[in-house]
Amino acid sequence: MTAGGQAFDEMHGFDGSVRDGYTLLAQWLKDAPPDLLANRKLEAEHFFRRIGITFNVYGDDQGTERLIPFDLIPRVLTGGEWDLLKRGLTQRINALNAFIGDVYGARTVIRDGIVPEDLLLKNPSFCPEMTRFRPARDIYVQIAGIDIVRVDSDTFYVLEDNARTPSGVSYMLENREAMLRLFPELFAALRIAPVDNYAENLLATLRSVAPDSAPGDPTVVLLTPGQFNSAYYEHSFLADKMGIELVEGRDLFVRANVVYMRTTEGPKRVDVIYRRIDDEFLDPLAFNPSSMLGVPGLMSAYRAGNVTVSNAVGTGVSDDKAIYSYMPEIVKHFTGEEPILKNVPTWRCREPDALKYVLAHLPELVVKEVHGSGGYGMLVGPHASKAEREAFAKKIAASPESFIAQPTLALSTVPCYVDGGLAPRHVDLRPYVLAGADGVRIVPGGLTRVALKKGSLVVNSSQGGGTKDTWVVE
Amino acid sequence: MLSRTADNMFWLSRYIERAENLARILDVASRMATLPSAYAGSSNEWESAIATAACTQAFHARYDKATRENVIEYIIASPDNPTSIKSCIDTARSNARAVRTAMTGEMWETINEAWLEMQKVNLRKLDAGRLPKFLSFVKEASLRFDGAAYRTMLRTDHYWFQRLGTYVERADNTARLLDVKYHVLLPEKEAIGGGLDYFQWTSILRSVSAQTSFHWVYRETVKPWLVADFLILSDKQPRSLVSTYRQINEVLDQLSETYGRRGPSQRLAREVIATLLNAQATEIFQGGLHEFLEVFLAQNNALGAAINQQYLQ
Repeated sequence: MTAGGQAFDEMHGFDGSVRDGYTLLAQWLKDAPPDLLANRKLEAEHFFRRIGITFNVYGDDQGTERLIPFDLIPRVLTGGEWDLLKRGLTQRINALNAFIGDVYGARTVIRDGIVPEDLLLKNPSFCPEMTRFRPARDIYVQIAGIDIVRVDSDTFYVLEDNARTPSGVSYMLENREAMLRLFPELFAALRIAPVDNYAENLLATLRSVAPDSAPGDPTVVLLTPGQFNSAYYEHSFLADKMGIELVEGRDLFVRANVVYMRTTEGPKRVDVIYRRIDDEFLDPLAFNPSSMLGVPGLMSAYRAGNVTVSNAVGTGVSDDKAIYSYMPEIVKHFTGEEPILKNVPTWRCREPDALKYVLAHLPELVVKEVHGSGGYGMLVGPHASKAEREAFAKKIAASPESFIAQPTLALSTVPCYVDGGLAPRHVDLRPYVLAGADGVRIVPGGLTRVALKKGSLVVNSSQGGGTKDTWVVE
Repeated sequence: MLSRTADNMFWLSRYIERAENLARILDVASRMATLPSAYAGSSNEWESAIATAACTQAFHARYDKATRENVIEYIIASPDNPTSIKSCIDTARSNARAVRTAMTGEMWETINEAWLEMQKVNLRKLDAGRLPKFLSFVKEASLRFDGAAYRTMLRTDHYWFQRLGTYVERADNTARLLDVKYHVLLPEKEAIGGGLDYFQWTSILRSVSAQTSFHWVYRETVKPWLVADFLILSDKQPRSLVSTYRQINEVLDQLSETYGRRGPSQRLAREVIATLLNAQATEIFQGGLHEFLEVFLAQNNALGAAINQQYLQ
């Protein structure tokens, strides 16, 4: 498969017909006066600039704040498609939670030969401090941003599980807010499932995993690295929507294994921490001693069962790109069911046969670093020059265990408003999956990311990607 | 609420208020500078603007003489001046970003828009024609922020710390504006109560948008002790020291009620208002207006320190 002319377009069939779900939108776009989209695009930019929704790009000299490009044309999923995704995502997060509990507990996946032992225990994201510790309600991943790509009308693949601190949900919510303002007529005509109860769901999820020692009305806070973090806008946005305090490490302290925050009325006990700080910065006493972002003693308070850290520490062991390739077996092992959502076929370069295949087929593969993220450190074979491929081949050969490879998928496309007209661009989808003691919650839709450069398959905002609203229609 | 949040609310409100005040100081100076030099004699209104903005030392570390150009540049946007109008708005926005959840959308949008606007203005090219427009933009941003806070915030401790910052800064600013007269030396030949003297006092009133209201209250020509009475002791003038300290006391009482605890800030604020209520304009002038204001500014600073100690750490 190659990217380009063969890609599945979600709005139009190969014969130019309009697919289910898009009928009304396509007609509306056809009838719209020529300058309407241009005007609404300007309005949208003004809206995002004014509310201050920006993201920081590391290493960008243009100042720390930039708007993430927003595309006006919504992406539509039918109710039937959504039901399938929802079942698949629920199955997936349940499997992830069971798997992590197993890794830090009974280790049946090793005993039964599902996942190689060294891949787990020598994994940089494996956290020995979590061994034999059970978090409240045995839930590790309360929030997952499971990336989905589509290649044809029936096939959705899981691309990544993102079980650490997935971001982007504020774009999902603000995109909807913008669309409601810009295209009220479309919302009036179509039955679009709302997403704005996400924050409520998130708070309910977090409260459901408060430790037993917490009072009936637990105190939940959101822990941010601070305003220079690229996702700071999202942190403050979510804290605001949930009505909880947005704290930094210096606002918290631990006394006698209990976490408190410094308030104008003196110390106040904290029960649940929705942290948006990576594991290694959480507690300078337990992990990176030079971290200024964390809270000294937090791990021991956590292990004492006096506070819930969400997502749990050490969940990275489950969303590693090498572990990813074992997910179909992991899902089967823990749920006893066939995976509803497929995995992208993956070659693990640590296996000699696979390595040989990968090196021989670089021009048609996407190669990713096992621990990379954000679209950095990857090779898109068909788009790379010969010299780039050769350089990358050396990197792979030098440390095969650090790489996996996948076929270059023809990601589905959706029409986008670019250069004053509509043109298909490749998209993915990140639904936000919440797992609490009282069940799994998923608001219909998610964040659709789009590669705005023609032909590009990289949707990351740090690499020139944009976003668009996602509509689940009846 | 988090101490850090309270600290940010307190200071961001102070910075916005200060930006407004700096704009008012420049307004007064530009107006005084319109007097023909033969008439105004050797008075240097630009030197006085620097003194009022409390940055004489830092300013003269960089420039020899205060001129229209360098004072405007320094007060509006100099990177060497940590409390220029530009850095006040920058700092306010940075504080606001750090505590976005503590304020309403309207407040954030006001600050963010002001900040965005500041990026567009060519601050080095503010000639006589453009300066007034820029200064009203700054004042309007502050008015909108104040109005947004007043009209949209929940009446909880978030709001009280926002108010507290505004009032503590406003008290400081009113005292400093009044003190301008001390720094603008009246030329020797010029009679007290003469044309220039009158013009200078009127400019001070104008700078707090109180020229008309002065006449409503006093129905007399502008006289120094009446201006002092108006800006220090009048209950009717919302920026007077008495008014701002009444507000400060109210806010601090709200906080102590909410938290069920009183402390040094409540005590200090009470002392200040008691002194003010016992004072009379004629006595203030006998003892020296400048000396009176200096004592007041020191007390106001002490209150800021007490608030910091009691709530913001």
